[in-house]
Amino acid sequence: MNFGLSDEQGLLQDAIRGFLEEQTPLDSIREFAADGNGLQAEIWQGLIELGATGVIIPEQFGGSALGMFDATVIMEAIGRTVAPVPYISTAVLAPIALLGSGSDAQQQDWLNKISAGDVMFGVGLTEATGVRRDAGLKLVGSKLSGKALFVIDGLKADQLILAVGSDTLVMVDANAMGLTRNRLNVSDKTRGMAEVLLDQADCELIGAAGSAAQTISKMIDAGRIGLAAESFGAAEILLYRARDYALERNQFERPIGSFQSIKHLCAEMISDLEPCRSLIWYAAYAYDELPEEASLMACHAKANTQEVGKMVARSATEIHGGMGFTDLMGLHYWLKRIELNRQLLGGPEATREAAARLQGLVA
Amino acid sequence: MDLKFSEEHEGFRKQVQAFLKEHKATAPTMKAVNGTSAAPTPEVKRWQKILIENGYTARTIPKEYGGYGGEADLIKGLIIQEEFIAADVSTGLTGQGISMLVPTLLELGTEEQKQKWVGPTIRGEVVWCQGYSEPGAGSDLASLKTKAVVEGDQFVINGQKIWTSSAHFSDMCFILVRTEPDAPKHHGISYLLMPMTTPGIEVRPLVTITGDAMFNEMFLTDVKIGVDQIVDQRGKGWMVANATLKHERGMIGNPAQTEANLNALMKLMKAETCDGIRAVDMPVYRDRLMRLQGRLLGLKLHSLRLLSDDLNGKAPDHGGLIVKYSSAYLNHEVYSLGIDVMGELGTLYNGDAYQSELDWQKMYLGSFAGIIGGGTAQIQKNVISERGLGMPREPRVTLDNKGWAMM
Repeated sequence: MNFGLSDEQGLLQDAIRGFLEEQTPLDSIREFAADGNGLQAEIWQGLIELGATGVIIPEQFGGSALGMFDATVIMEAIGRTVAPVPYISTAVLAPIALLGSGSDAQQQDWLNKISAGDVMFGVGLTEATGVRRDAGLKLVGSKLSGKALFVIDGLKADQLILAVGSDTLVMVDANAMGLTRNRLNVSDKTRGMAEVLLDQADCELIGAAGSAAQTISKMIDAGRIGLAAESFGAAEILLYRARDYALERNQFERPIGSFQSIKHLCAEMISDLEPCRSLIWYAAYAYDELPEEASLMACHAKANTQEVGKMVARSATEIHGGMGFTDLMGLHYWLKRIELNRQLLGGPEATREAAARLQGLVA
Repeated sequence: MDLKFSEEHEGFRKQVQAFLKEHKATAPTMKAVNGTSAAPTPEVKRWQKILIENGYTARTIPKEYGGYGGEADLIKGLIIQEEFIAADVSTGLTGQGISMLVPTLLELGTEEQKQKWVGPTIRGEVVWCQGYSEPGAGSDLASLKTKAVVEGDQFVINGQKIWTSSAHFSDMCFILVRTEPDAPKHHGISYLLMPMTTPGIEVRPLVTITGDAMFNEMFLTDVKIGVDQIVDQRGKGWMVANATLKHERGMIGNPAQTEANLNALMKLMKAETCDGIRAVDMPVYRDRLMRLQGRLLGLKLHSLRLLSDDLNGKAPDHGGLIVKYSSAYLNHEVYSLGIDVMGELGTLYNGDAYQSELDWQKMYLGSFAGIIGGGTAQIQKNVISERGLGMPREPRVTLDNKGWAMM
């Protein structure tokens, strides 16, 4: 038995973390956040070269046929560095859509491109996870009209995969006639969230209309696990930055980290955060190996990590005092990533309700 | 990640399940053994004997000392826990003698001490209490003042202990006393084995918020025991006690038990109604239940991670430090929700006719012991931040005649 990373996964983690940490000093995060597109091309290219986009793609399509667990290891590393890359959409959600419901030709074409890093996807699932305001899509034949909000990584993507209702998936070229996309001004500037307006835009169905409910459900599970892993990585960094700051910062002739008020905050952070690691690992493992448990574990991994992540982000900011509130420290990039992830694909209340439903607790 | 158990372990699970099926009808429940504060009944002792013979308790204690003599196997231990809790069958006695003294004697006792005490203790024939805390020595245990002086071939003990659970029916006490008053505080303590029938011991029950006398105060006046009734050397008692505390910290906080409580809570919420609406159908309560389930899953899987690390020879990290702290609050909140879903009915306890099957109020009140006992949650947080996160100790302060001053 081994509850944790295999030797190979340990190497993968070291490689991805090492690369991302080198590429994302605070100054550069600040720089690429300024344009708010959620894409830093060199980092994305580096991840492609490390094989990161193909981890859940079968070998016949150029991938490495690893699994969601490996993707989760990568997502955690992305969260640690708030790297602005369309990973979850392109390397996790799009392949699941295509593998679950795509035709042979679609799989052949797009999965190879994803493995090779030749395409970026944006993914919009809010029709299945919660519709806001006047959003809504309508499919007539192969013409798509309406509005999709919070299309993940949608701003710079080449292709968009959108849920229409909770049982139909379509793919639309981001430059198609009749398609307009606008940046949503979310506080997290490291991820490009888009509003997509469609007026009779040509699209391609992924699977027959009404046949993709199960695939969409798998995308939501994987997305929740991946977002939880990102938030976990971000929260762990915030915790240790707060600890380090508390050891450096002196007041009353002693490091503030020697005051129990600060020590206890740190102890609470790590006590609540550490179990999230095991919960996320297990959820990813369930996704790969125990499909009957995957949805429930994904809900709990997301809800619990986001509650804890929020608490950690707040406590870590507090420990930095006034500096935590400034842009100088840059902590807010991690805080904002956690805040955005909390809401995507269902906030804690929604995912807990989904967990209850899965157990037959909702009449 | 590989969570598949080997064929040997899957076979072992089947063996445990078959055993439980065979004995379920006559076996005492978890609560019947661990939920009482009284000496083990003949019935419980009979069950304990069966468990030892089959290797379901005292599993790794060598045969020559009365145990089963099995090899240490963490996964088998886990399987036993899981299956017994699922079947609501008692895994046997767990008093402080068994969970703390026995491992300590096996580690540090003389051959004679092991021969004399281990067997009778695990069989439930000898019941122990722990004489550690004092009114003035709680979180700062090493400042204890109960003293023992040597007169001839005897220790003469004087002082006062508190929180000695089960002292009112114990046969023996493992007790910390100050034998070297001039040594630094951690080096002046000895660990003694004291028969509770010795003249000079007065035990007064300490009624707790549960209404029961789970604990006692113990007054010691010229209590005389042989100088050979010591574990390890004079002045080494702190080291011996720490070997024991290590076992206690592991003991408090069992996610499998919390899981059983959460399952009971789910059952309660499907049955209990207000204005004819089931608790589980009220979204606010349902959300609280799901929050607790998420935290429980985290802690349960975290414990599995720790077990796996242990199994694979990984050095322990900060992970082990958080289990006791987190489980204590989680248990408290599970019981709290049990009470809240029952509303006014939740305040009933001790066998009121309107109570539900389980005594949620009493379990809730009892859960404070988990938060405070074995090192309060605040002490746990000091330990987690210092040992887990490498943060400094709070500087010591002293009171001089001008006010508080740093030392």
